[in-house]
Amino acid sequence: MGDLKRLHRLLMDIDDMLAGCMRCGMCQSVCPVFARTLNEGDVARGKIALLEGLSHQMISDAEGVKCKLDKCLLCGSCSASCPSGVKATDIFLKARAALTEYTGLSPVKKAIFRGTLTHPELFNRLVDMGSKFQGIMTKKANAYHGTSCAPMLSSILGNRQIVPLASKPFRKSHPSMDTPAGKSGLKVAFYPGCLVDKMYTGIGEAVLKVMKHHGVGVFLPANQACCGMPALASGDTKSFEKLVDLNLNCFSGKGFDVLVTPCATCTATLKKVWPMMAENLDMKRRREIDALSAKVMDINQFLVDKVGVRPKDGAEGRAVTFHDPCHLGKSLGVFSQPRTLIQASGRYHIKEMQDANTCCGSGGSFNLQHYETSTQIGQKKRDNIVATQAEIVATGCPACMMQLTDMLASKGDKVRVKHSIELYAETL
Amino acid sequence: MKKNSLVGAFKDLLGAENVMESETDRMNYAYDAAVLAPVMPGLVVRPRNTEDIGAILKLCNENNIPVTVRGAGTNLSGGTIPSMGGLVMLTNGLQRIIEINEADMYAIVEPGVITAQLASAVAAKGLFYPPDPGSQTVSTIAGNVAENAGGLRGLKYGVSKDYVMGMEFYDATGTHVRTGSKTVKCVTGFNLAGLMTASEGCFGVYSQITLKLVPPPKASRSMMAVYDSVDQAAETVAAIIAAKIIPCTLEFMDNFTIRTVEDFAKVGLPTEAKALLLIEVDGHPAQVEDEAAEVETICKANGASRIQVAQNAEERNKVWEARRTALSALAKLRPTTVLEDATVPRSRIPDMVRGLDAIAARHKLTIGTFGHAGDGNLHPTILCDKRDREEWHRVEKGVEEIFELALGMGGTLSGEHGIGLAKAGFMEKEIGRGSIEFSRKIKRAVDPKNILNPGKIIGG
Ligand SMILES: Cc1cc2nc3c(=O)[nH]c(=O)nc-3n(C[C@H](O)[C@H](O)[C@H](O)COP(=O)(O)OP(=O)(O)OC[C@H]3O[C@@H](n4cnc5c(N)ncnc54)[C@H](O)[C@@H]3O)c2cc1C
Ligand code: SF4
Ligand code: SF4
Repeated sequence: MGDLKRLHRLLMDIDDMLAGCMRCGMCQSVCPVFARTLNEGDVARGKIALLEGLSHQMISDAEGVKCKLDKCLLCGSCSASCPSGVKATDIFLKARAALTEYTGLSPVKKAIFRGTLTHPELFNRLVDMGSKFQGIMTKKANAYHGTSCAPMLSSILGNRQIVPLASKPFRKSHPSMDTPAGKSGLKVAFYPGCLVDKMYTGIGEAVLKVMKHHGVGVFLPANQACCGMPALASGDTKSFEKLVDLNLNCFSGKGFDVLVTPCATCTATLKKVWPMMAENLDMKRRREIDALSAKVMDINQFLVDKVGVRPKDGAEGRAVTFHDPCHLGKSLGVFSQPRTLIQASGRYHIKEMQDANTCCGSGGSFNLQHYETSTQIGQKKRDNIVATQAEIVATGCPACMMQLTDMLASKGDKVRVKHSIELYAETL
Repeated sequence: MKKNSLVGAFKDLLGAENVMESETDRMNYAYDAAVLAPVMPGLVVRPRNTEDIGAILKLCNENNIPVTVRGAGTNLSGGTIPSMGGLVMLTNGLQRIIEINEADMYAIVEPGVITAQLASAVAAKGLFYPPDPGSQTVSTIAGNVAENAGGLRGLKYGVSKDYVMGMEFYDATGTHVRTGSKTVKCVTGFNLAGLMTASEGCFGVYSQITLKLVPPPKASRSMMAVYDSVDQAAETVAAIIAAKIIPCTLEFMDNFTIRTVEDFAKVGLPTEAKALLLIEVDGHPAQVEDEAAEVETICKANGASRIQVAQNAEERNKVWEARRTALSALAKLRPTTVLEDATVPRSRIPDMVRGLDAIAARHKLTIGTFGHAGDGNLHPTILCDKRDREEWHRVEKGVEEIFELALGMGGTLSGEHGIGLAKAGFMEKEIGRGSIEFSRKIKRAVDPKNILNPGKIIGG
């Protein structure tokens, strides 16, 4: 247990952010977790009230507050619709950091974040080993989705339908790259993100294919590290800052127009969370972060807004329904671009599902800690997907893809889960 | 309520998962949307079904435990701030729509049904449930009835109380009571449903409510009228009513609100205008056509500098977008938002707006005023920071003067937000000693141990 005075001080640092909450309770209408539990502690208002209670010393159970704070998808639905403009997810990230400093990081998380994630080479080697051994630990559960169950790991993973690790990580196939701008006159830095590197390598390949097709130069530096979101969501600012540093060393000051990622969570983290969390860093680092963040763009947005991909008029072909990742739609305001991309070839048309813009229930480690709630939220999404009768559900975030695959595979649905860039690349 | 055996009794009754006693859980039910200090309850319980409500109340009554029942906790007057160490009962989980009867046009619902969800379920059957408080996407029907909540459509369609046909509730001892009926007419016994409406959880806990439904209007037409003076806008309101036209909505925005909304939402409002009226008439298409034209003429005759009539759904949306964003645009200006709702006879609106300006100047306050002009129900909204003691003191003074201003014009403390704790102290000024004493006598008779939401409305 840490220093209670320091905790109060850290929480008072976010007091201005907390004070903006007028307790109107309107966030109850959008919070996916609250919709399941109807408990005040699960909605933004309740969490903010607890933080104020703690910082103003009306309550003292910091562990209890942390527990409530952790039961959150960080989906940003509350922030996006708050009439008072409260930046709830920013508050939660900062508060998780303060509370974790006070309660200490769990030994497992310490081992993962401080021992592994912040050492990309070690992380890569471990995952590589994992991919070779995963057949021993898991059994094929669903041939259609290519998922498996992990009976030996079921105490941790339950009956999840897990997307397998790639036999060869993307970054192993493409350790580094630096090609000049072609006919588009543009050059991007490419940040695939962990899930594309280690599971969804096809998305990485699709990005390279599309860039080549449009004559966009690609800068892919070696030694990229995780964006830091998993560490930060667990309140581990130390690891987060280390990861930011590693990535800045790769990208800062290098010549490119835009930094693209095919992972909505990575995009939102690099673009919004890095500058938000940079307050305590030195001036030089802060400037570097601001300069880099300004260049970060989602891959769909880049292709439509910068390269000029247009939808084909009266797109027909196969039906695709699109799930808006929270970190793409609500957080970055990117809604139309992935739909444009999917309809660019004329081979697919969009069939909208009900509530396309609501959370799929993945929420990073939320899925591990609160699998039941996560699944209930996910099943609603699954029902909406299936109701469209589309053959394919596309989205813009590998984390959502994992959740959607788990939800669909467990019901034996024959709906393919794809990234919009994969669908686009296929047609070139 | 520290006695463990009691907590055990509630757990036996409801199952441990429906009894919350941790510090964090109790903190989570210590407040509502009113700008008041939180008060920690001793225990929070969740009835699994409507019968549990009776059993919980019986146990509380036998053990002298104060009970505060809570829906969505969005009331603005402290109605769900519990007694220190008391019990909070959550009825937001009781969400069944039991029946929507198209032939007899009523709906029977459990207390926790969300207003907007009922409205859309009713609309799906081709009927209409008009009360539409700004909080309708989260507020519960029980909360609406217990506060007699209004909304934008109050002028023509009335407020929550106008839709309560009957109800079932549990009294302080946990005894089940039924009143009213599914029929349009019913004079069987006292009008207990009337007494229970707007009772803020002080007389009993609703377990089922029967609501009147009406046929939806076939057509509607919206318009925005711009004015160089508040007087002209107010005269327009009076002239519309004098012409025997009752618009379904007749909303007002002052210059400060107009500027703030425009800054925030960029919907193309004239920022130099002193007042805006947003008007919607609805009903039979032919009648709507006539009334809209007449309203337009009245607006012009009373000095509107510009009138914009929505030609299609999109334009209609735009007109209402401005009104919908009023509160959120204002709320973003400063940390604390004090939303008042003192109400005056509609002819006094210009005096009220002038009075509010004077109060703002006198106490150096930022006040944006918008609201239901047709009802004289304005929402002067004070933007401030309650952490600044000196400023907060000025706000308290200002609020007091707003009440006095409204009462001085023959108005009322609260049009729709309720009394709760926030305004209990001002009640006597409006209704007099006799009314308070009479109310207290009723309260003592139906709740001798004063366990039902003590301290609300009539103090004590
Ligand atoms: C942004 C915003 C906009 C608003 N706009 C409007 C508006 O336009 N018009 C308006 O009138 N109000 C408005 N309100 C106020 C508020 O939303 C209403 O008073 C609403 O009716 C409260 O419903 P609730 O479910 O939140 O009730 P709560 O706040 O939970 O409870 C309100 C009262 O009802 C009692 N109660 C709850 N359940 C029961 C039950 N089962 N039996 C007996 N008593 C019960 C409680 O004890 C309490 O006294 C607004 C509030 C906000 C925050
Ligand atoms: S977070 Fe926003 S929406 Fe939720 S209670 Fe606070 S002000 Fe209202
Ligand atoms: S971020 Fe999402 S899950 Fe978390 S409180 Fe807000 S709406 Fe709920």
